[in-house]
Amino acid sequence: MSLLTAEHVTKIYDNKTIIDDISIELNKGEIVSVLGLSGSGKTTLFQCISGLVSPEKGQIILNGENITGVPGKISYMLQKDLLLPHKKVIDNVSLPLVLKGKKKADARKNAGEYFEYFGLSGTEMQYPSQLSGGMKQRAALLRTYLSADGGVALLDEPFSALDQITKEAIHDWYLDVMRKIELSTLFITHDIDEAIVLSDRIYIMTRCPGRIRDEIIVDEKRPRNKDFGLSEEFLKIKRQIRSILERG
Amino acid sequence: MTARYQSITNKLPAIVALILLLVIWQVLTGCGIVPSYMMPTPISVITALVTQFPVIITHAIITLQEAFYGLLIGIILAVVTATAMIHIPVLDKALYPLMVITQTIPTIAIAPILVLWMGFGMAPKIALVVLTTFFPIAVGTLDGYRSVDPDYIDMMRSMGAGKRAIFIHVRFPMALPGFFSGLKISASYAVVGAVVSEWLGGFEGLGVYMTRVRKAYAFDRMFAVIIFIVVISLLLMLCVKLIARAVMPWTNK
Repeated sequence: MSLLTAEHVTKIYDNKTIIDDISIELNKGEIVSVLGLSGSGKTTLFQCISGLVSPEKGQIILNGENITGVPGKISYMLQKDLLLPHKKVIDNVSLPLVLKGKKKADARKNAGEYFEYFGLSGTEMQYPSQLSGGMKQRAALLRTYLSADGGVALLDEPFSALDQITKEAIHDWYLDVMRKIELSTLFITHDIDEAIVLSDRIYIMTRCPGRIRDEIIVDEKRPRNKDFGLSEEFLKIKRQIRSILERG
Repeated sequence: MTARYQSITNKLPAIVALILLLVIWQVLTGCGIVPSYMMPTPISVITALVTQFPVIITHAIITLQEAFYGLLIGIILAVVTATAMIHIPVLDKALYPLMVITQTIPTIAIAPILVLWMGFGMAPKIALVVLTTFFPIAVGTLDGYRSVDPDYIDMMRSMGAGKRAIFIHVRFPMALPGFFSGLKISASYAVVGAVVSEWLGGFEGLGVYMTRVRKAYAFDRMFAVIIFIVVISLLLMLCVKLIARAVMPWTNK
């Protein structure tokens, strides 16, 4: 049985269907991308899955439980890092634990154990404004991880604001961390290369309204070779995705 | 060292302008171009400030008490009102026009009415300070609440946070910069508000002292009090700045 399933999800805003009859699933330990052009409703789909908005049709099942329209069950990292500027990094990261009722000192201690793992050592008592873009994303990812009770995280273009070099470095780091912490991840991106490098499977969305057009399996075991992005297999998948997107 | 040097360089034009103004003032009044009964010399003003300092301080204690209590009540009312308005949309629609109206009430016109209602004691002075300080703090705090990026709210909701947790962890701390910018303006209004209300009736306070020296045509003392009020207001604004820095350490980083 899948860890997370979205079944026939439809969302309508102002009589306009944004996403239509979308069904996707995520298995334990998988990284699955939802790839689509701008305006294809990827973020709306994630808002439905995370419970921030209720879909007009369909349901979201997590570990066999219907969580449609119930926020707080699935961890969701939005496009920006959204670290609270007034909280120190340690307090930002431990916030999900505090919200679950842990005492501040315990939450700090618990979150602090992951700082080295996430390459954040030494930043505990700093404010987010003192961190670089890449470090902010790491801190936001750690917060997302600590918030993921059900073992599922939704990441909405988390690396889109980073420059190419930082992005590539964080991809390697991200895959390494995901392998260690065994977090099952649904990942939004409009970057084809990023989707292929990071994912086990890729759902391709078309727009107006957003529908799942195809599903691509990236049959390359993780951890992936650093040169995977230059391989023939990579280029074959990229050509396939481009042709699907161009057909619309 | 560079930052210190830059800080001095930034302030230099203002210091030079102030000194220049004092020199022009001294020349105009000292040479008799402007008669001394119309405008005292800066030196005579400073002399009056020194000689009358004990008297000024006695009156200032009363004025500062009125300003302090008024500002304190103004802060509490403004924060409570802004917080209620951000949580209850109907209240926002109902109260915002009233808040704007409180700001358009001419202080000089309302002060005698307050004296009529509340007598010659401290109450009408405090009430006037409340009226003048309420609006900037309320609007500043309200703008602070409204300026919160909705994505922060979504992020908190996705972590299972309720309204209370969102207020404590996001809305309130993020409204602090707006609150303090309103408070800075209100702190400067507070002393002036108290003095204006004393002008229009009372037994003690800087405003009462000013009406007395005005009637005695002792303009040097009048100017001495004006300078004293300016300094007190600037000190209050500085206090607010220092408190803001202590309360919001993340803004200094």
